[in-house]
Amino acid sequence: MNSVNSLSKRQSNVDLVIIGGSAGALDVLLKLFAALPETLNFALIIIMHLPGDRESRLVEVLQLHTVHPVAEAEDKASVLSEHIYVAGSGYHLSVESDYTFSLSCEPPLHFSRPSIDILMGSAASAYGEKLIGILLTGANVDGAEGMKMIKEAGGKTIVQNPQEAQVRIMPEEAIKQMQPDLILTTAQICNLITEINHKI
Amino acid sequence: MTRSSALNESLDAEIRLLIEAIYSRYSYDFRDYTFASQKRRVMQGMLSLKCANVTQLMNKVISEPESFMQLLQYLTIPVSEMFRDPSYYAALREHAVPILRTYPSLKIWVAGCSTGEEIYSLAILLEEEGLLDRSIIYATDINPVSLEKAKKGIFPINRMPNYTENYQKSGGTKSFSDYYTAAYDGAIFDQALSRNVTFADHSLATDHIFSEVHLISCRNVMIYFNAALQARVLDLFYDSLCYKGFLGLGSKESLDYSTHAEKFLPVVKKDRLFRKSA
Repeated sequence: MNSVNSLSKRQSNVDLVIIGGSAGALDVLLKLFAALPETLNFALIIIMHLPGDRESRLVEVLQLHTVHPVAEAEDKASVLSEHIYVAGSGYHLSVESDYTFSLSCEPPLHFSRPSIDILMGSAASAYGEKLIGILLTGANVDGAEGMKMIKEAGGKTIVQNPQEAQVRIMPEEAIKQMQPDLILTTAQICNLITEINHKI
Repeated sequence: MTRSSALNESLDAEIRLLIEAIYSRYSYDFRDYTFASQKRRVMQGMLSLKCANVTQLMNKVISEPESFMQLLQYLTIPVSEMFRDPSYYAALREHAVPILRTYPSLKIWVAGCSTGEEIYSLAILLEEEGLLDRSIIYATDINPVSLEKAKKGIFPINRMPNYTENYQKSGGTKSFSDYYTAAYDGAIFDQALSRNVTFADHSLATDHIFSEVHLISCRNVMIYFNAALQARVLDLFYDSLCYKGFLGLGSKESLDYSTHAEKFLPVVKKDRLFRKSA
């Protein structure tokens, strides 16, 4: 039976966590940040669709809420554990099989660039089982396909409970398309995050 | 390994074979492009060419040059915008133009010019600075379809409001609509702007220096290259530039992760304007 605890008893460690969302996701994200363990022995990538200029301020805002280094994901930079990366606006972000970032100006997907599907799909190929995908509240269907690819590659998938989400569209589409491992409230996701890679 | 992972590895292998076959047959070298976006583009091309799998796609494009040309439109990413990232053009005006003005004749290379929006933007900037007459602009790309479009200088009219805003923010001194005439859905740019432009086929992956130039603008091209190909291209750019020549990259391209960072010094780092190290 799937439970929050079963994730922390897995054999393989988690090397990468991706959190995606759009409308309403920033509030959830700040709560999740408060739950981050002191030692972050995985890399964390945040991908948010925010209106207008706010995407560019996200790094600053998030850095205020954590001691771990937060930076925009740069082309050809390595994906390092202990680090938090933010997908920059206007470009698609991918992770390559050598665990470096690559940017692209391919057309928007589901009206989104950066696209959660593109990031999660590429990360699924590179990280397989060592990946957790978390999809939060949001106003379009970007992310459902990406979460499906994470699941198919053996990674774990968590969707925010649509009943709690500010906008249900994004989590509901994911649930419809791919049956995530867990559907959790913000508080439950916080508990899970605290426990990632924690040996019981 | 999940069944899906095994299938994924198979797919990746097929794509690599396709890329090798294209190189072997047509000499287009995509072998050092970043794989994630290339894979997505191949899959799009496969659907568009109505092939059931990548191997079928490979057989089709190898035997049919017209099909290869169709696939090429997916393998290259022709995204361009006039006065894209206006602060880049503002930085050119402020920091590069005063130096360029000291040369009696100028050579400028737009590497990976795509459908030409950047060419016309630079031509407008040079014209307004009184430098277009003494300039030769080399506009190169690997995609012949893009080059043909670039030569025509006709862009969708519905993009003009966005381009006008970009132009104004970049420090444009006139009225943007002075540079084009509207016809049907197209904005036809003044052909006088391209009077000193030479359009040519050139591959950054396989080709060599063809001229010594004062400014190279290569924006949102290198993101598609892996680290090894980026290094090759930066060497090529270094060797192609005159003493302290200028290099302009795309807004999220940096030299920070390159082994070749020391070959170029930042002039305006945030706008990705560099000069060749002395």
